[in-house]
Amino acid sequence: MLRKSLIAGLIAGTALMATTALAADKTSIVYIPKNTGNPYFDSLVQGFVDGCEKAGCTFTTAAPATAEATSQIPFITAQTQRGVNVIAISPNSPDALDQVFDRARAKGTLVFAVNGDITGNTQHRDAAILPVDFTKTGPGQVELVGSMIGYEGEIAILSATTDAPDQNAWIKDMVATLKSNPKYAKMTLVATVYGDDEPQKSTTVAEALLSKYPNLKGIIAPTTVGIAAAAQVVQSAGKAKTVHVTGLGTPNQMRPFIKDGTVSAFQLWSPYNEGLLSAYFAVAVKEGKIKNEPGATLDVPGLGKVTVGPDHVINTQAELTTFNAANIDKFNF
Amino acid sequence: MMRLTAGIGALMRHREAGNFVMIVLLAIVVGLIQPRFLTLETLRNVMLAIPLILIAAMGQMMVIIARHVDLSMGSILGFSAIVAGMMFRDMPDVPILIGVLVAILVGAGLGFLNGAIVTLFGLPSIIVTLGTLSLYRGFVFLISNSRQVDPQFIPRALIQMSQTSPILGIPWLVIIAFLTALASYLFLDHMRLGRQIYALGSNPSAAPLRGIRVVPVTLLVFTLSGALAGLAGVMYAARFGYVNPGITGVGFEFTVIASVVIGGVSINGGVGTVLGTILGVILLGMVNVALPLLGVSEFWQSAILGAVIIVALLIDRSVRISGQQALAAERSAR
Repeated sequence: MLRKSLIAGLIAGTALMATTALAADKTSIVYIPKNTGNPYFDSLVQGFVDGCEKAGCTFTTAAPATAEATSQIPFITAQTQRGVNVIAISPNSPDALDQVFDRARAKGTLVFAVNGDITGNTQHRDAAILPVDFTKTGPGQVELVGSMIGYEGEIAILSATTDAPDQNAWIKDMVATLKSNPKYAKMTLVATVYGDDEPQKSTTVAEALLSKYPNLKGIIAPTTVGIAAAAQVVQSAGKAKTVHVTGLGTPNQMRPFIKDGTVSAFQLWSPYNEGLLSAYFAVAVKEGKIKNEPGATLDVPGLGKVTVGPDHVINTQAELTTFNAANIDKFNF
Repeated sequence: MMRLTAGIGALMRHREAGNFVMIVLLAIVVGLIQPRFLTLETLRNVMLAIPLILIAAMGQMMVIIARHVDLSMGSILGFSAIVAGMMFRDMPDVPILIGVLVAILVGAGLGFLNGAIVTLFGLPSIIVTLGTLSLYRGFVFLISNSRQVDPQFIPRALIQMSQTSPILGIPWLVIIAFLTALASYLFLDHMRLGRQIYALGSNPSAAPLRGIRVVPVTLLVFTLSGALAGLAGVMYAARFGYVNPGITGVGFEFTVIASVVIGGVSINGGVGTVLGTILGVILLGMVNVALPLLGVSEFWQSAILGAVIIVALLIDRSVRISGQQALAAERSAR
C-alpha cells in the first residue's frame, strides 16, 4: 500500500516535472530598458509584446527608475537567477555591465544589446539589435538641416549631457560631415551646447543660442528633450521662420510642433521594430532555426529578410525615418 | 564709532540690500562682456525661468524658517503635474481651473503627509522628506504606469498661460508667481499665524511656552509647501507642454533650496524674508541664463553655480556674526 502510493507519487511528480519542462520550452525573454517612464522604450516594449505573441515566447520587462551606469545590474542578476532564456537590454553603460553579462551567459542565458551597443566590449554580449547603422545618424541630420536652410548659414547643436555616448558619437560625425563634404561648405557650426536632457536647462541654453547668434539659421537637437525645448523656444520667440529646428525626436512629443509648422521635419527610427525583431530573433536562435553568426538570415514578418552582420550586429532599418506633416499621423510612440 | 558699528549692523541685517547690489553688479558685468544680455529678450527669458522656482521657493522658505526642510518638493511637483496632466488627457472637457485646483490639493495632501510623519514621530524633516522624495517619485511612476503625458493632451489655453496674458502681455505664469509671493508676504508679515512660524523656527523648544501650538503650525508649513509645489507642478505642464514621470521635477528641490538660501533665509530657522527670497530666486535665475550666454564651458557651469551658493552662505554667516557683534556693542554701550 505504502509502496503503491509512493510509486503513484513518483509518477505524479515526474508528470509535474514534464509539464514544467514543457512550459519552459517556450523561450522566455526579459527586456531591460535604460529607465522607466521613457515613451521611447514603451514603444520598444510593445514591439516585444507583439513579436512574442506571434513568434511564441513569454515576455516580461523590468527597468530601473534612473538611467545610471550601474542601476541595471540588480535587474540583470535577478533575471539570471530566475533562469530566463534571453536577456535583452538597452545598456546604460558600455563597460559597467561586462561582469554581470558574463555570469548570465555562463548559465546559458543569451544576452542581446538592444537599441545601443556596448561598444568596445562586444565580446560580452551575444548579439546587438540596433535600429539603424548609427554612422548614418550624423550625416543624415546634417543633410536634413542643410535642406531646410538652403545649405548656407550658421547652425548650432543642442545635445543631452556632455558625456552621453550616443550623442557624442553622432556630433563627431556631424562635425566630420560638415568639414569633409563640399556640399556643406557654406554651413558653419557656431556652437555645441548641452541641456542635460532637462527641460528647463535645455530651454535656457536654446534661448542663449538665439540671443548670442542673431544670424543662426538652424538647430540640430539629437535628443528628445532637447528638440522639444528648442522647438518651443523658437515658437515662443516667433522665430520659427528664421531658425529651423530639427533633430531626433519621437512623433508624439513633436506632433504639435509639426502640426503648427514650427518644425518641418525631424528624424528617428522605429523602436517598435527593434522589439519585434529581437523577439523573432531570440526565438529562432533558441529553437535552433538559425545560427547566431554573421551572414545568417531570418525572415521577420513586416520587416522582410534581416541579416546578422559583422560582430553579431543586426540593424532593423537601412536609413533613418524622416517624420513630417505628411507621415507623422501614421506613428504613435 | 559705536553708532557707526550699530549703523553698519543695521544695514547688514538687511540682506536684501546685499542681494540687490549683487544682481545689479551681475547685470553690469555680464552686460559689459556680452551686450546682448541687457535686452528685453533676456529679461523675458529670466522672467520665464523663475516662476516655478519662485512659487515653490515661497513654500520652502516657510518650511526653512520653521527650522525644517522639504527635500520631497521635486517629487510632489512631479506627482501633481502627472495627476493634472492625466486628468487633461483622460478627461479633455475638464476646465483648466479644476486641473489647477486638483494639482494644488494633491500637493497639499502630500505636504500634509510629510508634516504628519515629522510631528507624529518627532523625526527630523531632512530624513523624512528624503524618504518621501523617493516614495512620491515612486507614486509618480505607479499612477502614470511610467507613461509620459504627451504634448497633444496638454490644453492649448494652459500652455498659453506661460506665453501671454491680457495684462501687458506678461505671461500669466509670471503674474501668478508674483501674486503667490505677495500673498506669502501678507501671510508671514501681517498675520499672527505667519509670525508664529518665525517664533517656532527661532526657538522650537520655547515656542510652546509662548503659546504657539507647534504641531498645527508645523503641519501648516508642510501643507503650504506641498500645495505650492503642486501649483508649480501644473505650471510646469503649462511651461514645458508635457509631463514625463522620470524627468518632471527631478532635482528641482535643490534649485529651490539654493535660491532660498541665497535669498538669506537661514537654514537655522527663524530668519528670512519674502523679498530676500525673491531676490535670491532672481539672482540664481540670472546666473543660470547668463552662464550659457557668456559661452562659459559646460564643464564649468555647474561648478560656478555651486560656488555662488557657497558664497551666499558665507555672506549669510558673516552677516549673522556682524549682526550679533553690533547687537553686543549696542548692549555694552547702554
